[in-house]
Amino acid sequence: MADSALNLEELKRLAPPAELQRAPVVEGKPGLGALTDKLSAFAEAKTPVWWWIVFIPAAFAATVIFPTCLFYQVFTGVGVWGNNHPVMWGLDIVNFIWWVGVAHAGTLISALLFLTKQHWRTTIGRMAEAMTVFSVMMAGLYPAIHVGRAWFDWFMFPVPNSNGLWPQFRSPLMWDVFAVNTYLVVSSLFWFMGMIPDFAVLRDRSTTRIRKTIFTFLAMGWTGSARQWHNYEKAYVVLCGLCTLLVFTVSSIVGLDFCTAQIAGWHATIFPLYFVIGAVFCGFGMMLVILIPLRKLCGLENIITKSHIDKVAKLALVSGLIIDYIYLMEFFIAWYSGDPYERWVFGHRLFGHTYMVLGWMLIGINVCVTQLLWFKKVRANLLWLFIIGLLINCGMWSERFVIVVGSLYQDFLPANWGKYMPTIWDIGLYVGTLGAFFMLYLLFVKFLPMIAISEVKGVMPEADPHHPLGGAKKEAGHE
Amino acid sequence: MSEKIYGLIAEFDSPAAILHAAEKVRDAGYRRWDAFTPFPIHGMDKVMKLGNSLVGWVALAGGAFMFLNVAGLIWFSNAFDYPLIVGGKPMFSVPMTFVPSYIMLIMGGALGALIGMLGLNQLPRLHHPLLDQKRFDLVSRDKFILVIGAQDEKFCATETKQLLEAVGGRHVEIVEDVE
Repeated sequence: MADSALNLEELKRLAPPAELQRAPVVEGKPGLGALTDKLSAFAEAKTPVWWWIVFIPAAFAATVIFPTCLFYQVFTGVGVWGNNHPVMWGLDIVNFIWWVGVAHAGTLISALLFLTKQHWRTTIGRMAEAMTVFSVMMAGLYPAIHVGRAWFDWFMFPVPNSNGLWPQFRSPLMWDVFAVNTYLVVSSLFWFMGMIPDFAVLRDRSTTRIRKTIFTFLAMGWTGSARQWHNYEKAYVVLCGLCTLLVFTVSSIVGLDFCTAQIAGWHATIFPLYFVIGAVFCGFGMMLVILIPLRKLCGLENIITKSHIDKVAKLALVSGLIIDYIYLMEFFIAWYSGDPYERWVFGHRLFGHTYMVLGWMLIGINVCVTQLLWFKKVRANLLWLFIIGLLINCGMWSERFVIVVGSLYQDFLPANWGKYMPTIWDIGLYVGTLGAFFMLYLLFVKFLPMIAISEVKGVMPEADPHHPLGGAKKEAGHE
Repeated sequence: MSEKIYGLIAEFDSPAAILHAAEKVRDAGYRRWDAFTPFPIHGMDKVMKLGNSLVGWVALAGGAFMFLNVAGLIWFSNAFDYPLIVGGKPMFSVPMTFVPSYIMLIMGGALGALIGMLGLNQLPRLHHPLLDQKRFDLVSRDKFILVIGAQDEKFCATETKQLLEAVGGRHVEIVEDVE
């Protein structure tokens, strides 16, 4: 290869001007060894105070509020929630869709960006995957208890039973059972497989016997041989491909739950796409909320750089713009269809007295606030991004509420109309799942490799055998 | 407790160094050797002539197995064992089976990929002679280690050691397999 520049000076001379260069994945040019120290530092160091300050309330919500609301509902019945005729799908389904949405951006970042060879994903991929795994856990819980008699959940699975009955496979609700369970299994597998080489890193670094035992067990004898990496990389590509399919499948099926119904406001072919993009948008918001404080608190500013946050914000902007387009189409089609029921429902989303605040939150946040992300100054300001991330989560939550409740509370017959207000048990369960999510996340951050150590090292110039920093020499180029 | 030689271990500092050393070891005619690195090294699979990994095929088999099984299950349960008329539609048709079968294809493919990867790598294993080696811990950090196995036909404790030193390996040592 005659054109491969093989010393650093030559490389610098040939490089494009600074403003056109791609930002380095990791700032500060650490060597491979120092980088390993840095990336495993948080899992090995003493637990900092801030961790306890966040962990204790999250753990309280997860271990006290959550089971209280859960068991009270299971023992008493769905009646403890605000769900009642005609709004049979309330906060439980709203939160289900919301949590599935949060999950999707994680898979998108870790899988789709791997397939498109975006090196910056290596630094945030693991944290995104963890977000996926934990939020799918929270999502999966809601439909399971929404059925009312949770002890009959096994009826949803195709197992032979004494009634001689089988599930009805034409229903998208049935597909949902398969989709959400598959999503949980596959995203956990993907997350776990990615961690195997990093467990080996922590195993080799461990100083205490207990750490050594745990990580030896988890690393399963990983040695990092070329043959192992060879199979590992192939498996990783396959899993990424499959996970990318899941991003587009799971929320599509959740969307199908709605659009196969006849209710005005739900019966639209745009729903599968609508839910996928909404999910991704919401998840990028959550990603900003998680990444911005953690990079600061864990001292990872050089690893999760501002450039990475900027890219997440840009992805949030893109998905937000698609969502805005879909809102426009929804309202347009409602008007263009000439269907009085459709027009009524969409008119009431913004001008009905009951839920108009949520309707305007949807417009105000998802349409207006998102536009702030066009500005480089906003994308460079971490506080702004954190607030926008929080707002996006609220905006998407209100969107789900508007879709679910806003379409149900006034259907075709005025005699059927009614209002829905969540009760303390609805809200308590949501708080509980939020607590459980953050508790699991904090445990992950503290005890597991929260950044893909070997992946980040693998995209450093020091890891490239054809780069001067990787040890390539002039004469090597002629071979 | 018997001790026998597992192989010779040599340490390198950079990916380029181990890649070139690997080329030379291969050219010297060795077959049972491996490179241990903190991350996959671009070009190493070509040097080692590893070809295409079989993991993809295992994943395909897992996916196809699941797809056909779920399609079959739907036929059995909704059209054969307990025929169910929904909306006057046929008892069994492609659109109704596709989505659950496709989802389970993903599940089967993912399980196949993980199991295939672990199986082909002979994991999980509780013991590996190299993991007892003190300097081997550095492989997961920033060192690159080449090992020539004692089972290799050309293996000779002195000549192989000379070769590894000649290609730039440091800390060349014999690894013993304690059983």
